[in-house]
Amino acid sequence: MEMTYVKAINSALFEEMRRDENVFVMGEDVGELGGAFKATEGLLEEFGEERVIDTPISESLIVGAGIGAAVLGMRPVLEMQFADFISCAFDQIVNSAATLRYRHGGRAQCPIVVRAPSGAGIHGALFHSQNPEAWFTRVPGLKVVAPATAYDAKGLLKSAIRDNNPVIYFEHKRLYRSIKEDLPEGDFTVPIGAAELRKEGAHLSVITYGGTLAHSLDAARIVEKEDGLSVEVLDLRTLLPLDREAILATARKTGKVLIVHEDRLTGGIGGEVAAIISEFAFEYLDGPVRRLAALDTHTAFSPPLEEAILPGTNKIVDAIRSLAAY
Amino acid sequence: MAQAEGARNLAEPAVRVEQELQLYYWMKLIRAFEERVSRLHRQNKIFGGVYSGAGQEAIVAGICAPLNDGDIVFPLHRDLGVFLVRGADPGRLMAQLMGKETGFSRGKDSFLHGGDLEHGIFGSTSMLGSSLPIAVGAALKFRIKREKHVAVAFFGEGASSRGDVHEAMNFAGVHKLPVLFVCENNRYAYSTPLEKQMAIEDVADRAEAYGFRGHVVSGNDLLAVLDVAERVIARIRNGEGPALIECKTYRYRGHSEHDAALYRDQEELIEWQSRDPIPRYELFLEKKGHDVRRIREQVDERTRNVVQAAVEYAERSPFPKPEEAMEDLLAPPQAAPTKSR
Repeated sequence: MEMTYVKAINSALFEEMRRDENVFVMGEDVGELGGAFKATEGLLEEFGEERVIDTPISESLIVGAGIGAAVLGMRPVLEMQFADFISCAFDQIVNSAATLRYRHGGRAQCPIVVRAPSGAGIHGALFHSQNPEAWFTRVPGLKVVAPATAYDAKGLLKSAIRDNNPVIYFEHKRLYRSIKEDLPEGDFTVPIGAAELRKEGAHLSVITYGGTLAHSLDAARIVEKEDGLSVEVLDLRTLLPLDREAILATARKTGKVLIVHEDRLTGGIGGEVAAIISEFAFEYLDGPVRRLAALDTHTAFSPPLEEAILPGTNKIVDAIRSLAAY
Repeated sequence: MAQAEGARNLAEPAVRVEQELQLYYWMKLIRAFEERVSRLHRQNKIFGGVYSGAGQEAIVAGICAPLNDGDIVFPLHRDLGVFLVRGADPGRLMAQLMGKETGFSRGKDSFLHGGDLEHGIFGSTSMLGSSLPIAVGAALKFRIKREKHVAVAFFGEGASSRGDVHEAMNFAGVHKLPVLFVCENNRYAYSTPLEKQMAIEDVADRAEAYGFRGHVVSGNDLLAVLDVAERVIARIRNGEGPALIECKTYRYRGHSEHDAALYRDQEELIEWQSRDPIPRYELFLEKKGHDVRRIREQVDERTRNVVQAAVEYAERSPFPKPEEAMEDLLAPPQAAPTKSR
């Protein structure tokens, strides 16, 4: 069945709520409105107000209450209207949820999912464009996923809901209606912690995730056609825990790695990926591990500024050519 | 305005003798346990942050007494007594404070952060007030599953300044959730006195703004706390929505054992010590015709033994192994999902 990325999220919610009556959704405008992006559309009609809960503008409450319900056996899916607002729930995520199992000596668990619509490219400006995943990828006790396809959006959300740990689920807003795929009927999941090779190649690897996967694949096709370069593209899909095996396998295979993400450069997950490669695949490398990311600034509003800041297809093409020539 | 809840309503049936003595035992046990903890801290056998609730025992005993199995309590950092009153093992509690393997958190976190969910006790973090949204979520679960349970969230007047407290109370009020908020107003947030924390006299006044009732009670008067707790918890259990009980009290010791609390007036401390909840309750027992001297001797011996046994158990217990530092971070990998009910 052909489905957009946002429809895939919606369909995962429907199926999981039908499968398990302990699953419920909570967030700002998730009920009557169906969510600011319509990800929860139709849920209220089928599952009622007790399982589709409209909250006041209280992000800390949304996550905190989710934790309280989860500790007692529920499986809440908590929506941040924009990933940018997740900072208002930061304490509940990194202190209350991430440490919960640890500080209870393994005798408690916190199966919450925090859905965070992230990413730029929709003229969202400073507070509706953020990619805050790296605030969470260094927090033990959490899992962090960032699907780049409709298939993964559905499969990873199902896995996140069934997972017994707190999972932060970054869904890229630009992908909501811009990509469409034929998805299989029936139940399927995508494992958390497993990267996916999107394109095989021999000369160079691009490691990416989320909003920049499509740009990276476009760039790979361009350099293949125009430069005869064979580029491998690895989609991380899960940012915590990283799939080290897949990262090292592609690095060892091609010897040249470009890491691309829409999050800012400094402190982004790309730094960690580069460190893993230099630590464990050093002798296979034929060039420096390079990173292409958003500039170290805020995501500005005016189109020329936003374009200058974000890593688009053209910049990836240039970065691939430069690394290939090294 | 919040209602003053002073003396016990005599028209209500008297508390049974057994419960009267149990409440006395609990207050004495909490006091004895905490005094021993303070001593062990001075001896370096308990390390890290230790937050004494001495002087505030009547609040924990009075609020927890009407609770049932299946109710869940979110104690604040000064509510060690919640563990004892809810029936958690005193030996494991002492082991928890010593960082031992047999403690609730298996040495992972200090003091009261390791909860004991088997006894309906959630381990809160050091971000005061952050447990209130979580308590509201527990109450939301009770509502969704039609369970007649109550969530109880303790917080200090210090934590009442945090946004989480507002978010939690507002949401609880909107959905009329089965949650009791208990403010232990001991007049100081570490060193900061009440008048620098809030422009009003009673935290309980805020309840009205969230659509439920606030009650003010002397936190050093066990009978007064118990009376309001019984009535309010029964109403919450009956589906009448949340409530706030503010207990006026005072901590005898510093914020933590490291704090000599020199910012407080000695006179003020003496005044509050003269309102100590334990002798006040002994007077009640005496008026009811109990032989208080005999009861005190018996209870002292019993609490001494319980505390001593707890210390011995904790001291005998091993420390965790270094490699356990990486355990308990994540749930073990799961089997294929099954339909859960």
